[in-house]
Amino acid sequence: MEILVVLIPVALFLGGLGLAAFLWSLRTGQFDDLDGAAMRILLDDEPNAAPPSEDPERTSVSN
Amino acid sequence: MTVLATPYPEDMRAHGGDCCDMGSAAIGTVAMRANINGPRLPEMADPAAYVRVDDTGIHHLHMFVDGLQCANCIRSIEGGLRSLAGVISARVNMSTGRLYVSWRPPQMTALKVANTVQGLGYAVSPYDPATVQDNRDKTDRALLSAMAVSGFAAANVMLLSVSIWAGAFSDMGPATRDLFHWISAAIALPAVAFAGRPFFRSAVEALRHGRMNMDVPISLAVVLAAAMSLHQTIYGREHAYFDASISLLFFLLVGRYLDHRARTKARATASHLLGLAASSATVVDAQGVHHLIPARNVSPGALVFVAAGGKVPVDGVVVDGASTVDTSLVTGESIPVNASCGTSLFAGTINLAAPVRMRVTAAGEDTLLADIMRMVEVAERGRTKFIRIADRAATLYAPLVHVLALAAFGGWWLIAGADVETSLMVAVAVLIITCPCALGLAVPVVQTVAIGTLLRNGILCKSGDGLERLAAIDTVVFDKTGTLTLGRPELLNAEDMDPRILELAGALARHSTHPMSQAMVRACPQSEFAVGEIQENPGFGLSGVCANVPLRLGNAAWCDADQQQVSNGVNLELWFRYGTDDPVCLQFADHLRPDAKATVAKLQRWGIHVELLSGDRPEAVSNIASETGIQTWRAQCLPTEKCERLSEMAGDGRQVLMVGDGLNDAPALTLGHVSMSPATGAEISQAAADFVFQADNLDAVTMAVELARKADRRVRENIGLSIGYNIIAVPIAMLGLVTPLIAAIAMSSSSIVVTLNALRLRLGRRA
Repeated sequence: MEILVVLIPVALFLGGLGLAAFLWSLRTGQFDDLDGAAMRILLDDEPNAAPPSEDPERTSVSN
Repeated sequence: MTVLATPYPEDMRAHGGDCCDMGSAAIGTVAMRANINGPRLPEMADPAAYVRVDDTGIHHLHMFVDGLQCANCIRSIEGGLRSLAGVISARVNMSTGRLYVSWRPPQMTALKVANTVQGLGYAVSPYDPATVQDNRDKTDRALLSAMAVSGFAAANVMLLSVSIWAGAFSDMGPATRDLFHWISAAIALPAVAFAGRPFFRSAVEALRHGRMNMDVPISLAVVLAAAMSLHQTIYGREHAYFDASISLLFFLLVGRYLDHRARTKARATASHLLGLAASSATVVDAQGVHHLIPARNVSPGALVFVAAGGKVPVDGVVVDGASTVDTSLVTGESIPVNASCGTSLFAGTINLAAPVRMRVTAAGEDTLLADIMRMVEVAERGRTKFIRIADRAATLYAPLVHVLALAAFGGWWLIAGADVETSLMVAVAVLIITCPCALGLAVPVVQTVAIGTLLRNGILCKSGDGLERLAAIDTVVFDKTGTLTLGRPELLNAEDMDPRILELAGALARHSTHPMSQAMVRACPQSEFAVGEIQENPGFGLSGVCANVPLRLGNAAWCDADQQQVSNGVNLELWFRYGTDDPVCLQFADHLRPDAKATVAKLQRWGIHVELLSGDRPEAVSNIASETGIQTWRAQCLPTEKCERLSEMAGDGRQVLMVGDGLNDAPALTLGHVSMSPATGAEISQAAADFVFQADNLDAVTMAVELARKADRRVRENIGLSIGYNIIAVPIAMLGLVTPLIAAIAMSSSSIVVTLNALRLRLGRRA
């Protein structure tokens, strides 16, 4: 049963990684426009497009 | 831009003399060109007022965009804006129908941005994100992250708990059990502290105001269970409730999130609709120069220019030009009225035919439109008195839970003589067992399922508690034009006509956006005739030439028809004259929606009283009433009279569903116990209504009522289920027989049972 000492932290770490990824995606606004994302996949990349990390709502609220 | 005789009162037509005739003819011809192509876009508010400038000098603008449909919409808007000099970023949000643009002046201006998007064919209206957003995104994200954290913790703690329970029957030693308890504590305690905040905050808030809500027993149960479990862990005992406390939070957060999402969606729709109502005015100064300013800044006495197709921004009197005006926003009737010198125009009406200049009599807060908006607001405040069923249950439930837990503690400690620790354990078990998972989870699930089903059927639910209110109705009040009827005139006597005549009239009418001309085009969409030299005379009609024969389409006077021939006064008429032939009369009437009669009959079969309140003439209203089988009707109702009638019915203790579309219905819509509006209705009516339905069919009304009643039954069943479950579980808990295992099973199973019961609503619809 000593293996538990290794396995439980490993399991928690992996689960925590998933949680952290979800919280990160939430915080960076990736859930703000679910319909748009489904459409944007159809568009060709534009060379002069604005960086996708731009969060419009945030930018304006902060000023 | 034909202008036709309307069955409107004489005073509306006869105002004004000949003073403007010369000018109006010239202006009218110019106006032709402006309006012929494509659908008319609503005039937009001056966007400059909504621009925000940050410290680095970059300008930011938020706008609502109407008509977003596909990937191409995103590409053309974003691509079109980014290709302009000075634009830094442009981003469309499909889900919310919003557009954000930032740019660096001076190459770019707000007006250029808005005009670019308008030019692509999308109606835009700028808004102030500070007023519209309402912090909803922040709450949304907070709830979602709380849910994620509690879900993660609940799953892991539950895994450890299952091992402990399994270990109790095999060879797990106390040392391993304690280790597992410590790990559970390490996961659960921070998670409870983080994910429980929405409940703790609301509980503290309620207690501070001396009130009691559901969050008080929830917070108490979670905190006490966590604290007790920690105590048990520290002393190496076996009764640790970490799994119960964290999975309780998780279930409740799921319910809370669903509930919150339904509400914000409703609020977002409402603010979007109100945002579209923002308008600007073109003021003409002493030098004759035009300035575009926000409508609320126009002062009385100013001279305002209203382009053909533009929305009248303020109340005023026409001083120059003649036109026809679509007053449907104010009167609810779809047939336009004539306007010439001296005619009063109201804000919110649409100038159809020709540009006019008007002297402002009232602006901003003093306009009729603002008056109606105020009536809506006043009525809306009265509505908040409604208490949702879950909240009503909570006011009974919360004190009861506390009394039970206290009784369990007192009983064990004082009467049975147990020690404080055991007594507290029993009290905590009672709190956990009685925790309102069923109320917190099942009601939002029922609502979400019901709202989703409605949405798939083209009915948008705009208020969180709309369904509950809809389930209780016993009276339905309909508006006539645009609600029971389609709100657009259709040709009646096509059979009596020479098809050639119809085709000629259709070909001529194609050059106009006037509602009657459009009705003519609908009646005869195809025509092989080419009509040239189109002239338009506001107040009278259209003229044109086809193969050297002059054609005229318009009112009786315009076609030299014998006024005596004017028939029953119920139908609308349009006259057409080919060369010097006798003019022919084309009769139009507003048709009932195809299933209006069936809908009314169905409602009456359900024992619902149906009434008709209309702003139209008595003859027309009584016709419609007898056709649909409605016994009680009133005609020529002003908005205030509709409101009075609704208050009167509410005073009689009736729960009224108001169905209406016009601006004149908006106050009545808010005054009804619950309200519906077709998507073709005025924006303000849609904003005021609880439900907006899209289809041409009225059966949306019966469908929504039926579904609301079903959902209501599900909610009551679920409350019954959870009460029944408590009747069994509470005695067990009070006897001190609840172990962590039983608590976990009981809580999860009750949540699952009520959720499944809620989902039956969806299964039922499919079958």
